Amino acid sequence: MIRVQQEDFDIGAEVAKLTGGRTDIGAIVTFTGTVRDHDGAVEEMTLEHYPGMTERELSRVEAEAQARWPLQASLVVHRYGMLRPGDNIVLVVTASEHRDAAFDAAKFLMDYLKTSAPFWKRESGSGGSRWVEAEAGDADAAARWHKRNHAAE
Amino acid sequence: MRLLYFAWVKEKVGRASEEVAIPENVATVAELIAWLKSRGPEFANAFEREHVIRAAIDQSHVRHDARIGHAREIAFFPPVTGG
Repeated sequence: MIRVQQEDFDIGAEVAKLTGGRTDIGAIVTFTGTVRDHDGAVEEMTLEHYPGMTERELSRVEAEAQARWPLQASLVVHRYGMLRPGDNIVLVVTASEHRDAAFDAAKFLMDYLKTSAPFWKRESGSGGSRWVEAEAGDADAAARWHKRNHAAE
Repeated sequence: MRLLYFAWVKEKVGRASEEVAIPENVATVAELIAWLKSRGPEFANAFEREHVIRAAIDQSHVRHDARIGHAREIAFFPPVTGG
């Protein structure tokens, strides 16, 4: 399941909704990304996105995770709009019988969405505002999963 | 055809979207960028570092050598920074 929304999310409530009543799950991994301030320079962060394509990309990445690992449930929630330092940005939840699949799938989902989901961050503070630059390390993190995929083929 | 711009590409071209009639000799994304750059200084400026600009045809990521074909919607944007 994927959701794109302005509102905040409650991690406990999301996990309960996703896995409540199920007894076949042995491992639940959650990842939460939050707005980080650099030395008091960030007062606001605005997340722009591409409505339509965002949902398509998140669904595509989630489907790929489902195809690669035996997941019993997964959830990606990504916020957009105006956020402040400390606010939640993104939530990934993966549930599986065993921990390895849940951990690996959660990392894969984050690595992939960071390089493919059409979101752009703009930071504003006392020093003005600027679009956040993509980090080369993000592409490397996503590319590592390509290599593993090819190695397994 | 509908063109969409996001983040600093949108700011530089001064609009979020527009309907355009693309010349018949424009077949690929790279050729579309070259044509856009000829439309005015704001486009020349926005697409100055064209190798960093990403494109999507009908909401799927594509490379600059992708053919436009019968695309309904083409978007241009900087590398994504979500998550």
